[in-house]
Amino acid sequence: MENKNNPLSPHIQVYRWHISSLLSITHRIIGIVNFILIILLSFLLILNGKNFQFLELISNSFFGKFFIIALCWSFSFQILNEIRHLAWDLGYGFDLKISQLTGIITIIGSFILAILLYLIGKNLI
Amino acid sequence: MVQFSLPQNSKILKGKYYQDKTGSNNLKKVNIYRWNPSSNENPRIDTFEVDLNECGPKVLDILFKIKNQIDSTLTFRRSCAHGVCGSCAMNVDGVNTLSCIKSHSDIKGELNIYPLPHLKVIKDLVGDLTTLYKQYESVEPWLKTKVGEKTSTEIKQSQEDRAKLDGYYECILCACCSTSCPSYWWNGDKYLGPAVLLQAYRWITDSRDEERKERLKKVADELKLYRCHTIMNCTNSCPKGLNPAKAIGSIKKMLASG
Repeated sequence: MENKNNPLSPHIQVYRWHISSLLSITHRIIGIVNFILIILLSFLLILNGKNFQFLELISNSFFGKFFIIALCWSFSFQILNEIRHLAWDLGYGFDLKISQLTGIITIIGSFILAILLYLIGKNLI
Repeated sequence: MVQFSLPQNSKILKGKYYQDKTGSNNLKKVNIYRWNPSSNENPRIDTFEVDLNECGPKVLDILFKIKNQIDSTLTFRRSCAHGVCGSCAMNVDGVNTLSCIKSHSDIKGELNIYPLPHLKVIKDLVGDLTTLYKQYESVEPWLKTKVGEKTSTEIKQSQEDRAKLDGYYECILCACCSTSCPSYWWNGDKYLGPAVLLQAYRWITDSRDEERKERLKKVADELKLYRCHTIMNCTNSCPKGLNPAKAIGSIKKMLASG
């Protein structure tokens, strides 16, 4: 365009969110969160060596529990949505209805898997 | 670089309010994006009260009614009014669609109409699609053969091979999909976008075309193709019910499997 003053039409401000777009952006954010969380966790383990008392103290605190549950969920979500992406890479699941269904399954499944992981970790099942 | 907010000259202001003069009991509030290139003002949202008792069923009918009866300066592209030409693509109620095949009774509450997202606005609901057309040209959307040079007979295609083009040849290039894609918003100058990639696939998969390999090689690019992250906004918005995400997925699969 010759006129550089032409405005840019609104985009993310007005565009409606779909399950697919919401999951896509969550997948990206969770990916970064997981990256940071794992580094944090690894540092905690390295710094403490064999001093498990400190770790136990943390994991029994409110913050520690929140951290562990959050990690369970973020990993569950990442894994389930990644399976979706792998299916797409193989050429399956592009149909609009199917992609919506797998999206909903990913959301619900991530919570179920997170609870399962937490309970298994706690030796409750 | 990803810029989530609008530039200063694109911030939307509150515009005029056109009150209903017919005294109808069946009114719909229609908010429309306005920008006039001959004024130095920022874009604004004008609100029109439209009498639905005297209005056709499509969103385009509302636009016509406003242009004919309320404000004749309202500018939008339209031609066929039957979902064939792709001119009246715009953002209706948060999703890109053709206003001529979108029923306004589907939309509850106020009706919001914007131009196609993340384009330079020429006037009101008309966006500048120059980049998209250039990108379309870059995939050379025509049949390329060597046979044709030697012989004057037709190139035959089996019914099965012809069926491979179903779901792709119907694309009318309305740009609803490309302008719905966040990846295309942030990298529209380099990433080809769903519309153009669907067209690229349409020629790659045509059994009569003899430059399949060259076409694939040309499109196999970190920016041109792989900026697609399967966000699926394209398929969600296509007013013709096509699946650009699948077309892009098919190109990626062809490249991966050699």
